[in-house]
Amino acid sequence: MHPAEWDSYSGIDQSPEGDETVPKTLAEKVYDAHVVRRTDGEPDLLYIDLHLVHEVTSPQAFDGLRAAGRTVRRPELTMATEDHNVPTLDILAPIADPVSRAQVEALRKNAAEFGIRLAPMGDRDQGIVHVIGPQLGLTQPGMTIVCGDSHTSTHGAFGALAFGIGTSEVEHVLATQTLPQYRPKQMSVTVDGELAPGVSAKDIILAVIAQIGTNGAAGHVIEYRGSAIEALSMEARMTICNMSIEAGAKAGLIAPDRTTSDFLQGRPHAPQDADWDAAVEYWSTLRTDDGAVFDAEIVLDASSLTPFVTWGTNPGQGLPISERVPDPAQIADEGERRTAEQALAYMGLTPGTPLTDIEVDTVFLGSCTNGRIEDLRVAADLLRGKHIDPSTRMLVVPGSVGVKSQAEAEGLDKVFVEAGAEWRGAGCSMCLGMNPDQLKPGERSASTSNRNFQGRQGKGGRTHLVSPSVAAATALTGRLTAPADLIGA
Amino acid sequence: MDAFTTHTGTAAPLRRSAVDTDQIIPAEYLKRITRTGFEDGLFVAWRTNEPNFVLNQPEYADASILVAGPDFGTGSSREHAVWALLDGGFRVVISSRFADIFKNNSTKSGLLTVVMTQAEVEKLWAAIETDPTMQVTVDLQAKEVTYSLGGGQSATVPFEADDYTRWRLLEGLDDVGLTERHLDDIEAFEARRRAWLPTALPVR
Ligand code: SF4
Repeated sequence: MHPAEWDSYSGIDQSPEGDETVPKTLAEKVYDAHVVRRTDGEPDLLYIDLHLVHEVTSPQAFDGLRAAGRTVRRPELTMATEDHNVPTLDILAPIADPVSRAQVEALRKNAAEFGIRLAPMGDRDQGIVHVIGPQLGLTQPGMTIVCGDSHTSTHGAFGALAFGIGTSEVEHVLATQTLPQYRPKQMSVTVDGELAPGVSAKDIILAVIAQIGTNGAAGHVIEYRGSAIEALSMEARMTICNMSIEAGAKAGLIAPDRTTSDFLQGRPHAPQDADWDAAVEYWSTLRTDDGAVFDAEIVLDASSLTPFVTWGTNPGQGLPISERVPDPAQIADEGERRTAEQALAYMGLTPGTPLTDIEVDTVFLGSCTNGRIEDLRVAADLLRGKHIDPSTRMLVVPGSVGVKSQAEAEGLDKVFVEAGAEWRGAGCSMCLGMNPDQLKPGERSASTSNRNFQGRQGKGGRTHLVSPSVAAATALTGRLTAPADLIGA
Repeated sequence: MDAFTTHTGTAAPLRRSAVDTDQIIPAEYLKRITRTGFEDGLFVAWRTNEPNFVLNQPEYADASILVAGPDFGTGSSREHAVWALLDGGFRVVISSRFADIFKNNSTKSGLLTVVMTQAEVEKLWAAIETDPTMQVTVDLQAKEVTYSLGGGQSATVPFEADDYTRWRLLEGLDDVGLTERHLDDIEAFEARRRAWLPTALPVR
């Protein structure tokens, strides 16, 4: 940057401190605490506490650094892992696909060259980037966390401001540990009441997305609050925050509480001793102030929710599982009608069909949405001592090596295998089919992942998004099934 | 990045809403480690499976302005979607609403996103379909889109662009270089960060 170029733009300086007397939301507090520089007419410069890196969105960023002769400013605030391309069978053999292999090798070379810690295939810390951050205790309340991956919103479950970025921004964070940002708008999603048995965090978030639409929260950070959210485990909170991006939100977050600190205490990167006390004291201030203003507010009653499934080709096209495939002819808006028609044509579905009549070929249990230990436990509980439908295949892919080891220690792997499911190595797997785990054209899945986009799980594949318990119930019957409907079956 | 000041070309009407980045370019093309050469993946599923898909029509083969339905670029953060559009010859995408990450990524590589109301998008669609050779001019300096309505008439639609991003695009400036100017501020911030914040260095 030459000063002459700078002079062609005139910004006016003002103090970087925000007004401390104005009540703030949690997200505003975290944001404001990370402003390095604030000047009128320019984006704020925001400090990034943790940068997570994976093989798919980083090679061009490292090339950019090299081309400009730059280094990684804070390699110790950066952590890399291999997840998207990783085969889930024979994980220690070299990757058969030469293009995938070259991408993983590029990450290894870049991590070594720039001094970044990498958890490669075979490492005990390897796994989906959004599973290992929390597992290692790297994800903590009040932090800013980014990754070249839209599901970075997962980490918001800890009260962190965490969001996905593109490759140019990855390069920017590597080089400067900051990002130019505009203060996002604020949305609250309040969920009060108690969930019925068999209804889970996944159903809450699918219902929220169905209500506000696949890009309805654009420009906003969502704070999830209310008694139903407070009652959730960390795993369940991560499921909810994970899918904030499916409503178009910049990020999603939940205020830290006792559940959060209990989860973190003793994890490898959590603060210890006096530091722990200082951290917990700071975390207790991370709450939305009374009187803080949200730009949009959504309210949901948890007790009215039932298991949700998607019928279409974006995550907003979902319904309670007791409903029928919608009829596009009933949709007034022309654009939406066309979208629904295109979705049903792709999904091979007829309007009016009960969702529970839809037969699936494959059940996928895994991903950064539902590939954590609690998700595996819920599914295993339903499968224990039973056998899945003979015409259905079930793939169980733990989110990380850590989750896999824990599940094996609890004997869950045996439950899955005895029920006829396949127990695999850790990675993204069929969530996006960059590795060999893919649907064939026309094949239909019930998947605990987060995206039912056309071709997402393999060319021509048809995806229904479901919770882990609906996935397990569906595997047992071979068609979309609510866990409650298994009783007595 | 290449500067963007003004662009004139023909446009293609993409009458679809919520076009996600998996449709713009599917995951299998993301295994490459280059920053260019993604044109073969651009909308590849629709180009392969749908003969009527707009970009399969010869009259739109040379379009450099894509006019899409609402909520363009949802889903994955893959910047490859922007690169694929640029590699496929597009310099501008027009929609009534974009997904945040896509819009942000566009500004980093000189692809201009223009927001118009859906009513204006519908008018533009109709004009393009009446005459696919119609020239559309997108002027970032003046912040307006101009196109001909036939019979000597033309339409001008103003659009908004935040001053900072507009300035960066007009000058073709790279963000990292701009930020490096503020190293003092970054160092001062680092000096007051809480000592107990985690590092990723191995601890066991
Ligand atoms: S599991 Fe799926 S959504 Fe999550 S990081 Fe991997 S590919 Fe992305």
